[in-house]
Amino acid sequence: MAVIDALTQSTRPGVGAGRAAPSERWGRLALLAPSIILLIGVFVVPLAIMLVRTFTDPHPGLENLTWYLGDATQRRVLVRTFTTAAKVTAVCLLLGYPYAYAMVAAGPKLRAVLTLLVLVPFWTSLMVRTFAWVILLQDNGPIQRALAGIGLDNLHLIRSNVGVIIGMSQILLPFLVMPLYAVMSTIDRRLVLASSSLGARPITSFFRVWLPLSLPGIGAGSLMVFISSLGFYVTPALLGSPSDALVSQQIYTQVSGLLQWGRAGAMGLVLLVATFAILAVLMLSIRRAARRQTRQAEDATS
Amino acid sequence: MTKISVRVWRLVLAAFCALVALWLVAPSLIVIPLSLTDKPSFAFPPTGWSTRWYGNFFDDPSWTGALLSSVKVGLLVALVATAAGTATAVALTRSKFRGQQAVRGLVLAPMIVPVIVVAVGLYALFLKAQLLGTTFGFVVAHSVLALPFVVIPVTASLQGFDRRLENAAAICGANRWSTFRQVTLPLVAPGVVSGALFAFVTSFDEVVMALFIQSPYLQTLPVKMYSSVTRDTDPTIAAAATLILAFTTVATLTATVYIARRNRVR
Repeated sequence: MAVIDALTQSTRPGVGAGRAAPSERWGRLALLAPSIILLIGVFVVPLAIMLVRTFTDPHPGLENLTWYLGDATQRRVLVRTFTTAAKVTAVCLLLGYPYAYAMVAAGPKLRAVLTLLVLVPFWTSLMVRTFAWVILLQDNGPIQRALAGIGLDNLHLIRSNVGVIIGMSQILLPFLVMPLYAVMSTIDRRLVLASSSLGARPITSFFRVWLPLSLPGIGAGSLMVFISSLGFYVTPALLGSPSDALVSQQIYTQVSGLLQWGRAGAMGLVLLVATFAILAVLMLSIRRAARRQTRQAEDATS
Repeated sequence: MTKISVRVWRLVLAAFCALVALWLVAPSLIVIPLSLTDKPSFAFPPTGWSTRWYGNFFDDPSWTGALLSSVKVGLLVALVATAAGTATAVALTRSKFRGQQAVRGLVLAPMIVPVIVVAVGLYALFLKAQLLGTTFGFVVAHSVLALPFVVIPVTASLQGFDRRLENAAAICGANRWSTFRQVTLPLVAPGVVSGALFAFVTSFDEVVMALFIQSPYLQTLPVKMYSSVTRDTDPTIAAAATLILAFTTVATLTATVYIARRNRVR
């Protein structure tokens, strides 16, 4: 959630490092040391190992990357991963936007209930939720039978891309609702009143006032969902089929089945680069929006 | 006319949100009735009832062992991540220094970087260092994932309180450590407690890293569930899921309610 806070917050001016007393510097180092050691040992080093193996395993060179980007099957998997992530994001947006709006519009008690209903599933086990979807979506399971009851026979939900999208969007919805709510709750509702008193119909004031003001939340939330979808492993592995696997499943297969570390590294590298490219775009657009807002505020006061 | 349409819209919105809430909460709850089925299948809804899958769970050392490992690792992770994360949050909020943004970014990075990529690299590292399937390996791996979930609430509570209280303590002659012990820590306790609970839940629920760094001798509960789901249809999995659900829900609810109540008092 805090990444979201960091993302939705307007940028802070860079902090100039003042010269601190030596004792203060050592104290700070002592406070930071445990986390930094953990992060380097268990996070930075493993990523570095994968990076090195990408270019050295089994032979030094670019062969893993050229293989990965040249192989038609792998390219299809990559495209499928991105389209699946896009579909999941669309579903979350469709369901999450009205929900976040209701959280803002509701009274304090109802808002607390609505918040809890988003947060508790966010923390209840990913494994449990995926298992529950396995049960619900299985062949001859409750959902398939219900669909057959209304005339949709023989729909395969589990071991299909549809099943993966259903499960992933349910699990990732809180990632969209929370930043969206954070942004919407800062919107001055008097602006909507003002627009309607100037003669705008509710639909007009929604599209011309509310929606543009909530855009930063839409951006932050949907990209959080998109990024998380790209690297999801458990849910696609259990609800999807090997024939329409995603990149994360391919990474698993390369390492545990085929011992192709270099190839797994190349996949991981592409996944990482994509993730950070998307994040950078998001950061830039937020920064630009924040700057525009301050400029508008300055114009209004001057 | 508009009044009526506004009311209709509100009704539509309320119904829509009720459905979304149902969609968020209801699916996980189906593991509870399934864990009480009398047939060795995943047929849902069950047609008869029994508690034998819980008996199965507690009689099978591979399940109870996994539960014990999960609880042990989770508690240790809560301890390590809370201590390291609280110290980091203090350093990040209480002083300004070069590289502050870089440290903040590094601490939050495990939330963004796809876990599968880190997990594969960690597997390579642990393979060499012979840490696969060790409690130490699990604890350090999960602590890194849990770190942001401690740093965030503790930072929030550190930013939320009146720093003049610390100054007052210093003026009254308290040294740094006793100021921290007697003034700062009690005031940020809600953040620390919820951070510890979130750290426990993060570890208790983690599958992807655990899948790579497990060994036949040390398996956590979600990994045991994962491999059972892929292998056979055994409602013992549903019993395990119900236990995980109960554990995590209690921990999360405690954390959330605790923060909410503290906020109201202030």
